[in-house]
Amino acid sequence: MLTNISNVLRACAQRNGAASVVSARTYADFTAEATFEIKKCDIHKLDEAPATQVVMTREEGLQYYRTMQTIRRMELKADQLYKQKIIRGFCHLYDGQEACAVGIEAGINLTDHLITAYRAHGYTYTRGGTVKEIMAELTGRRGGIAKGKGGSMHMYTKHFYGGNGIVGAQVPLGAGVALACKYLGNNELCVSLYGDGAANQGQIFESYNMAALWKLPAIFICENNRYGMGTSVERAAASTDYYKRGDFIPGLRVDGMDVLCVREATKFAADHCRSGKGPMLMELQTYRYHGHSMSDPGVSYRTREEIQEVRGKSDPISMLKDRMLSNNMASVEELKEIDVAVRKEIEDAAQFATTDPEPPLEELCNHIFYNNPALEVRGTNPWAKLKSVS
Amino acid sequence: MAAAARFFIRGAPFKLPVSGVGTGAQSSFEATLLKLSPNSNSRTKTQRRHAAHFTFQPDPVPTQYGPTQKMNLFQSVTSALDNTLASDPTAVIFGEDVAFGGVFRCTVGLRDKYGKDRVFNTPLCEQGIVGFGIGAAVAGATAIAEIQFADYIYPAFDQIVNEAAKYRYRSGNLFDCGNLTIRAPWGCVGHGSLYHSQSPEAFFAHCPGIKVVIPRSPVQAKGLLLACIADQNPCIFFEPKILYRAAVEQVPVEPYTIPLSQAEILQEGSDVTLVAWGTQIHVMREVANMAQEKLGVSCELIDLQTILPWDTETVCKSVVKTGRLLISHEAPITGGFAAEISSTVQEECFLNLEAPIKDDQLLNPRQGPSSGSPGLHHLSFSSSFIQSVERGQEKTLC
Repeated sequence: MLTNISNVLRACAQRNGAASVVSARTYADFTAEATFEIKKCDIHKLDEAPATQVVMTREEGLQYYRTMQTIRRMELKADQLYKQKIIRGFCHLYDGQEACAVGIEAGINLTDHLITAYRAHGYTYTRGGTVKEIMAELTGRRGGIAKGKGGSMHMYTKHFYGGNGIVGAQVPLGAGVALACKYLGNNELCVSLYGDGAANQGQIFESYNMAALWKLPAIFICENNRYGMGTSVERAAASTDYYKRGDFIPGLRVDGMDVLCVREATKFAADHCRSGKGPMLMELQTYRYHGHSMSDPGVSYRTREEIQEVRGKSDPISMLKDRMLSNNMASVEELKEIDVAVRKEIEDAAQFATTDPEPPLEELCNHIFYNNPALEVRGTNPWAKLKSVS
Repeated sequence: MAAAARFFIRGAPFKLPVSGVGTGAQSSFEATLLKLSPNSNSRTKTQRRHAAHFTFQPDPVPTQYGPTQKMNLFQSVTSALDNTLASDPTAVIFGEDVAFGGVFRCTVGLRDKYGKDRVFNTPLCEQGIVGFGIGAAVAGATAIAEIQFADYIYPAFDQIVNEAAKYRYRSGNLFDCGNLTIRAPWGCVGHGSLYHSQSPEAFFAHCPGIKVVIPRSPVQAKGLLLACIADQNPCIFFEPKILYRAAVEQVPVEPYTIPLSQAEILQEGSDVTLVAWGTQIHVMREVANMAQEKLGVSCELIDLQTILPWDTETVCKSVVKTGRLLISHEAPITGGFAAEISSTVQEECFLNLEAPIKDDQLLNPRQGPSSGSPGLHHLSFSSSFIQSVERGQEKTLC
């Protein structure tokens, strides 16, 4: 039947004069799914590790590819806009780490919860934000996902709690969300992300203790990109085995550049949590190509050779692309089409983000308190009062 | 003269051309400001970007401390730390990223000069940094801890308030952590938004046992920092980050101290007392000039310098002379340190006051967190103050 459909499609394409790029091969030619060998995770206080033979379907592969490519291009566009001073303030880019966001989302449901620190653009996207909303938030316009008042570090969507500026402060929050999930009995869990620098904050250990004590459905994930701002992990941590730092919490060390590895590990952790066994800790070994933020060139504490090496050998998007092509799951043209579509989406979003108006002055003070009636707030000069409505 | 001022104020609203004060950006901005009165339409297009409106005004070159060198604020801090490490073998500097020089370059060159056991990085743990610093200080080392931004100081709040401040008292003077000094970049910088702009001095002012100091310039910074280090009480030294590069003065190379808890009268006047600290001093200087030029009002400007314990005598004496007080700071008004000053002054000088005391605050509504939108920051205080006086809204000067 597929052959019939493909024949019809081919006929249609020929009739239309083949204006669009048509894959030389039809859908019937591609492998629907394939099994891949992935790296085994290191385990801590666990009897078994996640599977090393995993299945990925063509649809999944294309979806991961498109999502990762969107994040990558979005971050590069943000870099460009920042250098043009259209985005200002703080901007922490996620390129290089796409497999983490995409893999985690593939392992949980949209109804689950997630909270992360300031390198949040990727997660905002995977959790349901649109590129348009994200870019408009970066440029501080009213179409932004936080109405233009939050900026890079403060983006939120349903079941995504941001976007947090203070390092480490989001982890106890995540534990609290997990408590709510357990209390409400909705079989949901909360993923709390933090970095290798934040892993040395005291409140993280307080969260570990509470989560383990009360068997909360919390997955703590350390995105170890080897550098906390400019400090390498060896110089900051007595133990760089971040997956073991939860001590009494079982842990996994995962190759964070491989989207399938991340997905499997997340599924494994999610099953563990949902079965009531308590929290789990995951360390994703990943890498960021940009510096810590846009004011950090990123080469004073690491060599360009190191960055190039990671880009050449472990780039998450290239890895996925190679896998799909060598297993006949997609064609080069098809992936190129996706690239073109993604580029267009980003361009449109950037256009919107540059031309959308800024939020109106009346909204500046809204949502300080929850109040009824409206609160009066002193404006930007002592004699202009603004209203705070919430 | 006072009568003339009153006449000016009570007259019908009229616009004085603001000439020769500030930059060209100010006059266009002023037009915007006039539109911002309550009934105006807010602009829907992208707002014009307004740069921070104040000009750093250097003090005259100090001659009593020896040869001087041109330094900006972060260099004057480095100089102070250099002097300390040279003269005090127990001195150590630690904090996040201080080894390579710090994110604001305040510790550049010190690790190379004095060794990695005296200038070292800590992991990312403010509570740990301050706790560790208290311990080091109690054991006899001169501990200089850096918190990377004052906005991050809150995990250490417990250590500062419950441990550091009360150590001497609860041990009956057996132990103390007077050797501890905590330094942190402080205040608005234009693009800092919620977490790189805060001025938390009011939180700490509520705590007996610690000292809180805020300099306005490089010469002041070095002298006050050295005084804090020498002081036998735990001190918190807030450095206005917007002045790190912008403030350049001739700073003495040798160590010197400026006394703590002594406010400085920068400009004598007879009509109103202006009190401020840190960056705001430079704004208030402009206000004082404008008030003199436009309204013939003579302002006495006081830099408080030490927030806790503050120099009540200087301020009260000044208010007794002028009868009017206006305090201005960056932090939110409610519970801000101006409230404490107002309260004390009204108690001490009630019968001398001719008008209510005005607490003022410069920037975007800090009763709420500062918005991420950069265009809404840093509207000038000075010209708006003068205009409000013209509009007869300014009670303090009536």
